[in-house]
Parts: sequence; C-alpha cells; structure tokens
Amino acid sequence: MAAMEIEEENPVKNISKKISCRNQQIKTLVSLIGQREQVAPPTLFLYGHTGTGKSLVINSLLQTRELPHVMVNCVECYNQRFMYEKILNKLQGLRSYMNDPDSYLKCDNMNDFIRMFRQVCEDRGLTKQTVYIVLDKAECLRDKEINILPAFLRLQELTHQNVCVVLMTEIVWEKFRTGTGYCEPYILNFPDYTKDEVLTILTEDRPEGCEADFYSMYLNLLLSVFHMVCRDLREIRYLASLNYDQYCQPIKTGDVLASDTRKLWKNIEPHLKKALQTVYLREVSSSQWEKAQQETEIGETPSLQGLSSRNHVELPYYSKYLLIAAYLASYNPAKTDRRFFARNSGKVDRRAKLIKKHERTSNHMLGPKQFPIDRLMAIFFSIVEGKVSPTANIFVQISSLVSLNMLGQVAGDDQIDTPKYKCLVSLEFIKSVSRTVGFDVLRYLYDFV
Amino acid sequence: MKQKQMKSKKSTVSGDSLMEQLPLQKTCDLLRHRVSQLSTPPQIHGYDQERRQLLDLIRRTGTTGESNSALLIGPRGCGKSMLVENVVEELMLDKEIRDNLLHVRLNGLLQTDDKIALKEITRQLQLENTVGTKVFGSFAETLQFLLDALKSGSHSSKPILFVLDEFDLFAHHKNQTLLYNLFDVAQSAQAPVCVLGLTCRLDVVELLEKRVKSRFSHRQIHLFNNITLGDYTQLFISYLSLPDHFTDTKFVKTWNKHIQELASDQTVLGVLRRQFEFNKDVRSLQQLLMYPVCCVNENHPLLLPADFVDGMKIQTTDTKSAMLHGVSILELCLIIAMKHLTEIYDGELFNFEMVYSEYRKFAQKRSSMQVYEKAVVLKAFEHLIALELVKTMDGSGSRVQKEYRLLLLLVHPSQILDALQKYPNCPTEVKQWAQCSVI
Repeated sequence: MAAMEIEEENPVKNISKKISCRNQQIKTLVSLIGQREQVAPPTLFLYGHTGTGKSLVINSLLQTRELPHVMVNCVECYNQRFMYEKILNKLQGLRSYMNDPDSYLKCDNMNDFIRMFRQVCEDRGLTKQTVYIVLDKAECLRDKEINILPAFLRLQELTHQNVCVVLMTEIVWEKFRTGTGYCEPYILNFPDYTKDEVLTILTEDRPEGCEADFYSMYLNLLLSVFHMVCRDLREIRYLASLNYDQYCQPIKTGDVLASDTRKLWKNIEPHLKKALQTVYLREVSSSQWEKAQQETEIGETPSLQGLSSRNHVELPYYSKYLLIAAYLASYNPAKTDRRFFARNSGKVDRRAKLIKKHERTSNHMLGPKQFPIDRLMAIFFSIVEGKVSPTANIFVQISSLVSLNMLGQVAGDDQIDTPKYKCLVSLEFIKSVSRTVGFDVLRYLYDFV
Repeated sequence: MKQKQMKSKKSTVSGDSLMEQLPLQKTCDLLRHRVSQLSTPPQIHGYDQERRQLLDLIRRTGTTGESNSALLIGPRGCGKSMLVENVVEELMLDKEIRDNLLHVRLNGLLQTDDKIALKEITRQLQLENTVGTKVFGSFAETLQFLLDALKSGSHSSKPILFVLDEFDLFAHHKNQTLLYNLFDVAQSAQAPVCVLGLTCRLDVVELLEKRVKSRFSHRQIHLFNNITLGDYTQLFISYLSLPDHFTDTKFVKTWNKHIQELASDQTVLGVLRRQFEFNKDVRSLQQLLMYPVCCVNENHPLLLPADFVDGMKIQTTDTKSAMLHGVSILELCLIIAMKHLTEIYDGELFNFEMVYSEYRKFAQKRSSMQVYEKAVVLKAFEHLIALELVKTMDGSGSRVQKEYRLLLLLVHPSQILDALQKYPNCPTEVKQWAQCSVI
C-alpha cells in the first residue's frame, strides 16, 4: 500500500514543487498517464504558446518516474528515416552510431519501423510497460510524407503494444487534419501564464544575494513596459537578466536608497523603452547592449548602431539613379508620368485633385506595382543629369540590382524583350539614396505631392 | 495475456490491506484497456446482417475454396476493423478453418508502395524459408515467385484471406499492380483467396483503374452508424460495466449498480447527448470516457458525474479562442484591426501596411495606449503568422517585402469576441473598438 502511494502521489507533489503554476496540467497528465503497467491514452496532443512549459512538464514527469521514453524533435528529423532510427536506437539505449556501429538499427520505412519497434521493445523487456514517444514541434510532421502522422496517431493499434505518442506544438489541432481524417488524439491545452504567474516564476530565478521583494518590484516595472507587447516568458526572462545591472546602478553608487522605488523607476524607464526598440527587436545584440550600458556608466554617450540604421549601401552613381527611377515607377501610377517628367507639364485641374485626395497614400499602402523596362529607362533618362547613352553597362547595372535584391524581376511572358520589374526597397532607404545624389524624391512621388 | 498480468501483480502485492484495493486496481486496468486502441469492444452492437454476410463470405473461402472480394465502406470509427477481426476470431474457433486459412493483414499506412507490400506478404505467409534470401531480391522476382506460388495452387490448396486496411491508399500505388494481381488471382481459378478492403471513402471504386475495377466483384458492404441515443447510452453502460466473472461478485455487483445509476443521472445524460449530437461513433465515446476512467484511483474510487463534465470541457474547448487568450494586447489589437479590414472590404486580402495604419488610427485617436513603432508591431505580426492565425496568400514565387505580402485572417469574428470576453485585464477601449469599427 505504502509503496504504491509513493509512486502515485509523490511525483505530482515533487514536480509541482519544482515547476510552479502548472498544477492543474500536471495533475491531469499524471492521471492520464497512470501507472507503469497501465495502458495510457494512445496519443496526447499538447498545444499552447511557446514558453508555457509543455516540454518541461512532460520531460520532468517522464524523467522523475523513470518511464521508458524517447524525445524527438521533428525539426531535426527532416527525413523520415532519421526519425525512425532515432526512436529505435534511443529506445535501444544507444547513445550514438559511433560508439556501436554493429548494433545500430537501420530503418527507412514505416513498415519496418513497426516491426523493429516491437522487436526492440521485446528485447528490452518493455512489453508490459508503457513506452512514450514524445514528438516536439509536431507541426513539422505535416510537411513530411503523408502517412507518418496518421500512422503515429494509431501506433498503439498498429504495434499492438502499450505505447503512447505525445505531440507538442504551438499550432491548433484543426490545422493538422487532412484527407480522410485521422484517429483523433486526446487534446490538452497548456494555457498561458497570467501576469502574476509570470512574476512568481521569474522571481524564482533572481540573482544571488537579492531580496525577493526588491526583485519582484523590478520585475513589475519591467512588465509594465513589456507586458503589453510580449507574453513570451523566455523573452521577458532574457530582458530581465539583461537590464538588472542598470537598475541596481544608482544603488551601487549610493545616489538612491533601495527603498526609493520612484527614483529607481525614473532612472530605469527611458532605459527600458530604449530596450524595447533595440534589444527586443535584436537590432543590437546583448553584448553590444551591455557594452553600451558600461559606457553610460563611465559617462560617454553610448554608440548604439542598430542593424536597420545601417541601411546605407554604396552604389555606383547610375545605379542610384536607376534605383530611384525604379522606385518612382513602382509607386507612381503610369498616367501621372507625363505630369512629373515631361518638360512642359500641364496644370493639375480641380477634378484630378479631388480624385487624388481619395486615393492618397494608397500606393504606399498597397505595395510596389510592376513596370516594364521601357518605363524605367524613360524615367531614368528624365531624372538623370546630363546625357547618358544606353550602353551595356547601364543594363548590367539593372541586373546587378536584381541580384542585390533591390529590384525583383516579375515572371511574365516576355523575359528578354520587355522584362518587368518591381522595386523592393523601402521609402527610408530610397530617401537616403536620393540624398546622396541631391535628388528630392518626395517631389516626384504621387502620394506625397 | 491479461490474465498473466493480473497474476504477476498479485504476486508482487502482499499484505491484507491491499486485498481490498485489488479489485479497483484490476477495474482500472480493464477500463483503461477498453478506452485504448488495443481493445475490442465488450459487445458488438448492430451490424447483424453485415456480420452474417462477412462470416458467410470468409467461411466459403475457408471451406469450399471459393475466391471472393469485397469492400467494407464506412466512416471513421464505425467499426470496420473491429467487425473483420471479430468475424475472423469466430471463424478461427472452427478447427478445420483454423488449420486451413492463412491470414494476411496489410495497411495502406505502412505498405506505402507495392515493393514493401510484397515483402510483407511473403513475410506474413512465411515464405522466406522457401525463397531463402530471395525475399530481398528484386520486385519483379518476388512478384513472379508469389504469383507462381498462387497460380500453381488449385481448389485444394490453402485459402488466403487478405485484409487491406486503408484500401484507398493502395489505389494510389503506381499502376495499382498489387491490386490488379490480387483481384486477378481472386477471379481466375488459381489458389483461393478472399480480398477484403476496408476504407472510409465512399467513392473508392472510382479510384480503381478500369482493368482493376472489372476484376473486382463489386460486392460492397456499407457500415453506417445508425444508432440512436438509447443505443449510445447502452454502449456507455457496456463500456464501463464489469463482466460477471471478473473478481469477487460483491464488488462487481456494486460497481455495475453504480454504473447503472450513473447512466440515469441527468448530468451524465446531458453530456452523452451533447457528445452524441457532435459525433456518434464509438471512438468519440472512448475519448469522452478517457478522462473519467483515468481519474479513478484509490482516493477517488468511483466515477462521478463531475468527472464526465470535466472530460467534456477538456474535449470541447475552442482551440483558437484558447490560443487567442494567450496573445499580448498589441497582437490582440492587430487581430481586431484585421477583423475590421476584412469586414469593411468584404473579405478581400490585406497586407501589413493596412493593418498598421488601422492600428495607428485607433491607438492615436481613441486610446491612451502607447503607439508602438512599426518594427515592434511587425514583430508581433510575425508571431501571429507563426501561430497560423493569419495566413500568407501569395505564392512562394513572388518576392515582395514582408510589409506587402497579402494575408488572410483565419479567425472568425465570433471567436475574437469570445476570446475578448475571457481576456484578462483587457483595456475597455480595445473592447469597444472590437465592437464597432468606426473610429
């Protein structure tokens, strides 16, 4: 009696002690899994956002109770063969191919997998216990061969063995169904952590020598900036560890007491808002960010240059004009070309203005339109200063712009005579390019005139 | 095997106090086995005529050496495999047939091409000895050998029963070689075979090639779930009650009485009716029973109506609303903006720029929220795409910037409103904005 109780009760409590805020899920899973020899549900489908503890709960459950299990990440197994061999060999207790090439099992189709799976289970004496196959990132199974997912969903029936397949993913089950349907798995949801739960979890891994109240105060401030935007636990944890030193800085220097939250908040707030625009977007790496923090300590102005602010590319003179011309051709309607680029453009009448008001900025909203190369060259000759002859060099520059991914070639019926293009750069970029050649691009854009 | 498991458990367990726990333990094991995929149902319900037909068909192959082919067609979970297994089991009780009939099981999910299928057939017919190493010879060789073996047979040779599960997948093999050969053997006077195909596609005959179709006997047995709510409740009782000879009669009696009471309980009946209206096949009943059955243990020795309600709740949560519950407020705002765009432009596709301008209009004019810059919003937007709440619609060939990709919202407006109601600490202005699109 006592022995059975220990096996039944303690794991729940033990795991719940280690993993906070997942009591309900652990309880449900433990009751579904049951005891070692009992038949488990054929398939469990766990879904929830990233960082809601799906893998953590399943892993610690299977490991603490030492149940026979195999963990497989479906991203790694881009080939069905890798997946089968990984499952079989892990079940066999083999670490890697190199250690023991003789007993390494080879298997490349589902039929052999089922047969060898039963064989391995028999060899290892697992026939009476439930064997767990945990497939992480299960959404990748949809892109593999069509028979894999349905076969895993009825593995228990196919192997006549007590086996439980656990699928973990972020995508809901409805998106997995195709064709004539499957054996439905047992679906369990891992709900997101509430704000309080996030606080409890993050307070647990505070740095050493730091009081819980003080740290949770810091986390409160952090969440007030980030919680609107980001619910991902891992992201918040990363940001918390990155900005903590900055938060403690005034206390170290002795300017502010630890109890003075208002001053600490005033100190940290602009800093966190900056982090939202830089570190959160990975514009700057964490090492750069830390370096910048140290620089501010010394009193220098931090030299933070993000990835996107570096969108200055050195281009040849005519390439710049070609790019500008392509941009204008992409974002201006063709019927306004005459107005912008002809020498003696007529005045815009009132009615045209009225129409224009309606579709204001619509071109920058809808994205670039395609244009033929003739129109590009016409605009190019109109805006470029001096006389340019259409040499081979000019046309080579167009194709090199395509290979730089600044222009995109649109597939059409005529690829050689009149190829069509699209301009794929942003307004900010084209502004900085036109500034270098002293060209006011906004004057020529239909949306901004 | 079951018996053996019981015995081994009995030997490990000792002590007087445990003796009274034991029936419950055994009950748990039995019930868990019943709701798993390993089980056969405690009693077969309906299908009397189909069962007789099938029994007759296989028996004739087994005894008189007649060749037959038939297709069992029915929706998923209606008991096709169960029926075949059951019929074969009953026939195997007959000594003459047991000695005589060979049984080959194939599954379209496992034997994905004819080569694998052929190897599997030789393996299951235990012809490896005869072929020696030739099992792993070329496809043509194995086929030739197998056909020779079948052809050389006559009425007097051993009949073979082929059961092809997921029959429609076999029809997708190249040239349908396997099906052609099987049906050909069944039609001509060679070794007696019975080919049974199990499928859930009603139009499966249309998938067959003309030459294959002409060799098929066109005997179709349709299995439809025409059970009533009363039958469903009976099924529920039979799944949960214990057989008489199970353990001590006293325990069985109290347990079965409890199940009877449960079946007349209004809450349980309500849950059953709801499930029945969704889906009336046996698999869904097994799913429904899974949670309550798994909850039974020493501290919780009886099934309670509340367990069924909980189980139903787990089963019927709307998955998309559950996912929407976990997105951040910024992402929620974007979803609402997309909902408005879809409503205003009548289901037309949209891109990120439109969503962003819609969001900015709202955030600047109507709310006290901070207006986030474009890059932050774009990151939130890409998270939504990764969750597949939004789908990109343009083909992979066209290259446009992220901001201008055409998109489609995959959440229904009612799901959004539903999720908003449950959303913790949702700002009032966001709720109002979701109700009406005018800014």
